[in-house]
Amino acid sequence: MSALLAAEDVHRDYRVGDELVRAVRGITLDITSGEFVALVGPSGCGKSSLLNLLGGIDRPTAGRVRFRGVDVAGMPDRALTRFRLLHIGFVFQRFYLMPALTAADNVALPMAEAGVAKQERRMRALELLRYVGLDGRARHRPSQLSGGEQQRVAIARAMANAPAVVLADELTGELDARTGAEIIALLQQLNADGTALVLVTHDEQLARAARRVVHMRDGVIVNCDGAR
Amino acid sequence: MRFTLAFATLGRHRGRTVLAVLGVAVAFAMLLDMVMLSSGLRASFRDLLLSRGFQLRLSPKGTLPFDTDATIGGAARMLATLRALPDVVAVSPVLGGQLHIPRGRGAVTSFALGVEPGVQGDYELLSGHDPRRPDELVANDELLRAAGAAVGDTLTAASGYDAQLRTMSGTRRLVITGRARFLYLSAGQSAAAVPLSTLQGMRGADAADAVSLIMVRLRRGTIVEAARRRIQSALPRVDVISTSEAMARVDQRLSYFRQLSYILGAVSLVVGFLLVTTLVTVSVNERLGEIAVMRAIGVSRAHVVEQVVLESGAIVLGGAVPGLGLGLLTARYLNHILSSFPGLPAAIDFFLFQPRAVWAALGLLALCGVAASLYPAWRAAVHPVAGALREEAIA
Repeated sequence: MSALLAAEDVHRDYRVGDELVRAVRGITLDITSGEFVALVGPSGCGKSSLLNLLGGIDRPTAGRVRFRGVDVAGMPDRALTRFRLLHIGFVFQRFYLMPALTAADNVALPMAEAGVAKQERRMRALELLRYVGLDGRARHRPSQLSGGEQQRVAIARAMANAPAVVLADELTGELDARTGAEIIALLQQLNADGTALVLVTHDEQLARAARRVVHMRDGVIVNCDGAR
Repeated sequence: MRFTLAFATLGRHRGRTVLAVLGVAVAFAMLLDMVMLSSGLRASFRDLLLSRGFQLRLSPKGTLPFDTDATIGGAARMLATLRALPDVVAVSPVLGGQLHIPRGRGAVTSFALGVEPGVQGDYELLSGHDPRRPDELVANDELLRAAGAAVGDTLTAASGYDAQLRTMSGTRRLVITGRARFLYLSAGQSAAAVPLSTLQGMRGADAADAVSLIMVRLRRGTIVEAARRRIQSALPRVDVISTSEAMARVDQRLSYFRQLSYILGAVSLVVGFLLVTTLVTVSVNERLGEIAVMRAIGVSRAHVVEQVVLESGAIVLGGAVPGLGLGLLTARYLNHILSSFPGLPAAIDFFLFQPRAVWAALGLLALCGVAASLYPAWRAAVHPVAGALREEAIA
């Protein structure tokens, strides 16, 4: 099966003061449609850097990142932004919802950016909130929601433009065990419905839910478990 | 949604936003006042010069009207020449002088104008009637108050007074026939108008056929500059000054007001600019993580810039509304103070309210608001997304 998202000998170096940090060192990784991949490894091993490269948030120092065969790292900023908007969903550890917007408006934000008509995005936002189990919370602002609820809104926002893949960085890191388990169940449902998932996690329970676990250390992949 | 985000961002730190809006309001008030000052004084002067419909003024060679005591001799012949010109509708000669009215052990001294009441353009009658007969006069309230007189009273007035000897010359008995407001006098200056022949007679042989100024009203449709040139060549002994030329000379004399207004206006714009830039930059710096998230989920740089510009625009607009009221109040107060500025007619408005001035000030402020948002907007747009997210995660 051809790769949906592929990293080809990707490197990412950062300069921190005088020191050169080699966060990602020649990683090659394919993600196929509908896959559920967990990136695990110790802190600072380059998991989040790789996730950012896969999602087009960052550009590799060397190597290529391809989405359906197209090199996204070489895209100009406007095209790259559009790529993220339409094809990638992001979920962050700290939810990062817009505090001024209601849950429904947060979910509708990427749709508004994509030019979806107001009525349509409103309906889809409510539908997505229902999907993540928050149909009664559409008018609530993030400050009126619990951590688990905020993360559900963030997942709904990631799904707003029906992306092919959702990238999530430590999305249960700020949640208690029970809420984390609920979020994992929600992700499994999302994956079962056809969305590819790539998660960065320290959470073993979450890693076990993935069909493939990619172990990283010092910027390289050291092991890969599970079926493709 | 971008409006919601921009306004909500301002609402997050209400106290800070209110202070910034007040700062912009003060800056805008000052800017508005300075725009009103830079254009208002000129417009007010022009309105005053044109208020009585005279387009040309003839004054002694090398002088402006009533700038010196110089007079134009041979006035009767000159007036006849002017009246014979086909472009000329009316000619209003004016002789300036003084009237001394005995009061107690001294005398009240007043500015006096000798005019032809039927065509005069120097005063507006408030009550009574013009001085139609040689022994009649109209006076302003300042003179009536100083002389302790009222309309209907008869005064003894002289054109000359020796304070040492307390002797008067050119004395006449004059009946006060009306109250008037003199258009070109400064505040508090007492004045009276009498028929031209009366003042000429009172001033003696030197002024028998003299005037200080001749105002000329042209036929409708006449090209003023062409008429001015024709009259100037016909009467080379005098300076023929059109309203636009008078304005140019006024501009020269009042240029320091304009310079002052430009400098203070520019200062207020810079203050407003720095205030808005500082506030919006601080706001953007606080939200770099949030902006990075927006960029990560696909919000374009253009829309991030738009949001920051909107934020800046909201502060500017929020400040412009109270600033407009504050500016008009301040202008009114300053106008009241400056109306007694020596040497300028009291009818002149330093801070003339003109919609154009408000629009000009608003336009300048809007430009300032946009300019103020450029740096923070650029900063928000180019900040690396991955770096900001990493910093946010570490924080």
